[in-house]
Amino acid sequence: MSNNKTEERGRRYLNPYVGGVLLGLVLLAANFISGRGLGASGAIKSVVATSIEMVDKDAVNTMPFMADYAQSHSGSPMKSWLVFEMLGVIVGGFLSGAIAGRLKLKVEHSPKITSRRRLVFALMGGVLFGFGSQLGRGCTSGSALSGMAVLSMGGFITMMAIFGTGFALAYFFRRNWI
Amino acid sequence: MGPLAPNEIISENTNFLLAFFIGIAFGWVLESSGFSSSRKLAGIFYGYDAVVLKVFFTGAITCMLGLLFMSLFGWIDLDLVYVNPTYLTSAIIGGVIMGAGFIMGGFCPGTSFCGAAIGKIDGMVFVVGLFIGVYGFAFTYGWWEKLYYANYLGEPKVSEALGMKDGLFGLLLIIVALGMFVVAEWAEKKFPREEY
Repeated sequence: MSNNKTEERGRRYLNPYVGGVLLGLVLLAANFISGRGLGASGAIKSVVATSIEMVDKDAVNTMPFMADYAQSHSGSPMKSWLVFEMLGVIVGGFLSGAIAGRLKLKVEHSPKITSRRRLVFALMGGVLFGFGSQLGRGCTSGSALSGMAVLSMGGFITMMAIFGTGFALAYFFRRNWI
Repeated sequence: MGPLAPNEIISENTNFLLAFFIGIAFGWVLESSGFSSSRKLAGIFYGYDAVVLKVFFTGAITCMLGLLFMSLFGWIDLDLVYVNPTYLTSAIIGGVIMGAGFIMGGFCPGTSFCGAAIGKIDGMVFVVGLFIGVYGFAFTYGWWEKLYYANYLGEPKVSEALGMKDGLFGLLLIIVALGMFVVAEWAEKKFPREEY
């Protein structure tokens, strides 16, 4: 009974290898059209830089981060490839979830932990991932996935560091997941 | 011919419009592969669900092969395609911090937006955390600047660093990935997933 249920649920998701090929084709399209890979954390950086600039117009002269950002991004920070791409990700994710009947407000967590514990860890994880993605110049999408596809050494190193650390620490956080 | 935008075959604004559509496809594939679920994503670290490994490596290999063949056929100039620079220290330390964030939060940035888009509150909270983390980095940037630029190696390809041709490295990567897929299928049988 529960086995059937699991299979039924599993069927609603794409076969992972098919999903992988499709993901690769999207990434290939990004490289062919725009000469760059996919990303996620860079869009957050654009929003953060814009908000800092709105509050403090002089930030570019007083904050080294803003000076560095201005040097590598000319023009308005919101007019960036990644910002448009990430807006698309939200739309695409929503459409896929809507069609598959997965739209639902909920906190997903293991039955062994409370929603509250799940949310506290989600927040901490987000803070760490946000910080690490800036230091590492890109996250799982921009650095690891896109970097690997163009054979970037940095991409492979970041990928191994992310997943290696995940495996190394998995034991300590097992109660949250299994 | 390609890449189109760097070769000025399409305008900057067209490029931005296409970025939006590429994003829709990206979000669609992530969500329909199950990447909007933190319990599916975290499964890779316990063996009960290896969807991350399968989708991630199949995706990277598909794109890598596509680029190698397109370059071979003269359809794309790989010198115009962005290759991530390698700053050894920050790539490792940043990756370690991200790995810790992954196992604690159950998402990475792109997947958390997908989860949030279909109503996962843990995804939304993770996104809030991302912003806090990026603000944190921005305001303390002065402290990390040296680390951020340490051990710059240029834009080396991993194939060059290992002294082999791109194609050979690609073949080895495929063999390694197939090996990992076999282990992943075995692990999913050995550690059956609970209902979620």
